[in-house]
Amino acid sequence: MPTLQDYRGRHPAWCPGCGNFSILKSFKDAMIELNIGPHQFTIVSGIGQAGKFPHYVKCNTFNGLHGRTLPVATGIRLTNHEMLVMAFAGDGDCYGEGGNHLIHAIRRNINVKLFVHDNQIYGLTKGQASPTSMEGMKTKNQPFGVFSEQLNPMALAVALDCSFVARGFAGDMKHLTWLIKEAVAHKGFSLVDILQPCVTFNKINTFDWYKQRVYNIVPEYNPEDRIAAFQKALEWGDRIPLGIIYRNHRQVLEERVPGIKDKPLVRQPFDLSKIETTLREFY
Amino acid sequence: MDYSIKIGGEAGQGIQTVGDTLAKVFTRSGYHVFTHQDYESRIRGGHNFYQIRLADNPVTASRDGIDIVVAFDKDSILLHENELTENGLIIYDSKSLKEKRDKGNYLDVPFVDLAFEHGGNKIMANTVATGAVLGMLKIELNILFDIIKDTFMKKGDDVIKGNINAAAAGHEFALKNCHRCSFAVEALHAAPLLLMTGAEAIALGAIASGLKFYSAYPMTPSTGIMNYIADKEAEYGIIVEQSEDEIAAINMALGASFAGVRAMTGTSGGGFALMVEGLSLAGMTETPVVIALGQRPGPATGFPTRTEQGDLQFALYTAHGEFPRVIFAPGTPEQAFYLTNRAFDIAEKYQIPVIIIFDQYLADSQWTYDGFDLTKIKYADYRLRGDVFKNLPEYKRHAFTQTGVTPLGIPGDAKHLMVTDSDEHDEEGHIVEDAETRIKMLDKRLFKKIPLIRQEIGPPVFYGKEEPEIVIAGWGSTCGVMKEAVDVLLQNPPAPPFYKGELISPSLEKRGEGRFSYKTIAMLHFSELYPFPSIDKFNYLRILNNAKITICIENNATGQFARLMRAETGFDFNHRINKYDGRPFTVNELLKEIYSRLAQT
Repeated sequence: MPTLQDYRGRHPAWCPGCGNFSILKSFKDAMIELNIGPHQFTIVSGIGQAGKFPHYVKCNTFNGLHGRTLPVATGIRLTNHEMLVMAFAGDGDCYGEGGNHLIHAIRRNINVKLFVHDNQIYGLTKGQASPTSMEGMKTKNQPFGVFSEQLNPMALAVALDCSFVARGFAGDMKHLTWLIKEAVAHKGFSLVDILQPCVTFNKINTFDWYKQRVYNIVPEYNPEDRIAAFQKALEWGDRIPLGIIYRNHRQVLEERVPGIKDKPLVRQPFDLSKIETTLREFY
Repeated sequence: MDYSIKIGGEAGQGIQTVGDTLAKVFTRSGYHVFTHQDYESRIRGGHNFYQIRLADNPVTASRDGIDIVVAFDKDSILLHENELTENGLIIYDSKSLKEKRDKGNYLDVPFVDLAFEHGGNKIMANTVATGAVLGMLKIELNILFDIIKDTFMKKGDDVIKGNINAAAAGHEFALKNCHRCSFAVEALHAAPLLLMTGAEAIALGAIASGLKFYSAYPMTPSTGIMNYIADKEAEYGIIVEQSEDEIAAINMALGASFAGVRAMTGTSGGGFALMVEGLSLAGMTETPVVIALGQRPGPATGFPTRTEQGDLQFALYTAHGEFPRVIFAPGTPEQAFYLTNRAFDIAEKYQIPVIIIFDQYLADSQWTYDGFDLTKIKYADYRLRGDVFKNLPEYKRHAFTQTGVTPLGIPGDAKHLMVTDSDEHDEEGHIVEDAETRIKMLDKRLFKKIPLIRQEIGPPVFYGKEEPEIVIAGWGSTCGVMKEAVDVLLQNPPAPPFYKGELISPSLEKRGEGRFSYKTIAMLHFSELYPFPSIDKFNYLRILNNAKITICIENNATGQFARLMRAETGFDFNHRINKYDGRPFTVNELLKEIYSRLAQT
């Protein structure tokens, strides 16, 4: 069984008090509780403060380009579907730069776990609006306030029939650890949007702002009712639901690809001798 | 014997089926064939053609002068009538075209009526036309019948029988009624030849190299590669994923490569533009990947279905930052097959991106060969798998080594972690900011690998007379047409009509100025473009420097290869021939241009 010591990665370069520290701790706790060793999973990350996440975990890591976590994760997972593949991105990375990939990863239902550190602002580039910034929020680059409607990732995911849709909060580590474990256990593409204060740049959506609004979805709630889930996904403002918003049991992409039914692509040998026969087809 | 056949019609009329079938009949008869296609960016309508050259010796380009035009639309007559050779003929169906031509070089074959009467369905009109062309050439029908049986096997005996009868009816009609047919294609009884397009050759080369993952977004002229690989997906255990865009395509391929398999993507210039950041990512993370870049005329959407060599400089210099890359530009399907194999080997061996640059002309052209030599295929697995990886006492993904290459492990096969980053990183793959590591990493990725990669690069192909006075040079798809031009020019003095053509006026000739004193010619064809070939293996620079006339031939406007040559070697061609109308050179066109350059000298 792995211990916290096994997951001691590099020293984080995040601001003191950043919500990312709680996400990191919750994640490690989840991995330990699930008994998954550092070499048994791969994290793909992009650019932004969330992009640095795998360096602090100690695990197989592909820290690629801004917005492109999901295509890389898809390539890895299709090649080795015995490997747990997770993607870590920020709200700018995943919902802005990589929006198109999110839509299509949900459609494919590749069994990848996506965790979005959603602080409703751009941290690494120093405080510009992100797709989840609230309408009217003033920043250096949006001096008249944000004009665009705030993106609702939960409603978007439910609308696309995403296999697992959940929201966590960096301020409730116990709940977040549970959510991460649920997402990993679920078979299908999983989106966990994690609300997190940005202590340096987001002066509106502070820890207290979230704390006053978030509530845990009651156990009686049925996350497999898509219409109810859509209603739940629309909740924002005074009351923000945390927990599993929607879940379905769609077949995952890996099970549909005939060539990898018996064993992962990466374990399949290559046989040059067949080429001779194929060449005959050109005569 | 050397005949050219042009099948013309609207998109959707099945001219490709007729062309493919005829080409197959010829190659199975043991004849050499060269085909090329010209089509518009539409699914129905417009005017497309399929041109087949049929000869008893290898042919490597299309020539002007058509012997048989098969006209499925009026444009085929209007546009190609003046391309007919002296004894050339146009066959058409006056009822379908609603137009009757009474001149001698027309043969009216009732494609539709014969199809209906003998095949039972007018849909078989194309089969009638195919049979009629074979009748005009006096080629027996047994091979065509075999092809019909193979093609329609799934559709049942009635369809097979109908098509056989339709083909026979067209054949008989032509034999009986084509009084002006002077063609004679004797039965060779030779072994069938292999017939393959450039796109198929790249795809097959990739499969023969152990390709396991191909992700792409459809884009002409690269789609043929994806189609072929997808067709072989089940047989070879390959995953073909159609991505949401080209950015995803290259990133998926990089993910697959990171996870442990050989991965490839393919696109055209516009899609490649979207892949560029991913190309740079491959460079930084030292992730092997092969990219097939099929050029078409730009800028922007340009001529979506036509041909150009306009993206060489783009492929050479695109992507931010400095990292090694290899660029191959096959000139023939045979080169495409072997170079694709070498692309994979080099990508894996040095953990770099390798670009195979081609164009619509090569992608869609068919060439004939006796066969390919599979013993030339190289397959070495450079990855650390299973126990080999497990038993290593220590592993760092980007550890400094003598060669700059750190073997790639398979994530999950051992407790060793595979960590890589698009940020500058240390030996373990973690983000760093310090100058010292930066310099050492750049030395590892770039300067240590480059001399080794350079040694892998082969010299250009030399063809023609030793110590040539005239050298024509080119790269990629112009290989075949250059070779044919050299063959013609080697016959000295060159034969008419080129000599007496409009380019050299009779008055010039009278004064003797139209005659050339140069006797020896050769060509240099470059298919391994970058790193630019050194002169150690073959001193092509000596040949260029000793020649009196050097002409660089390119299917682009600005002479991108000539610029590369000058940048890499300092050598400046004294003439250039550039064609940028979106169409490939024919032999006659190229000869005219060469003669005009010689006349200027």
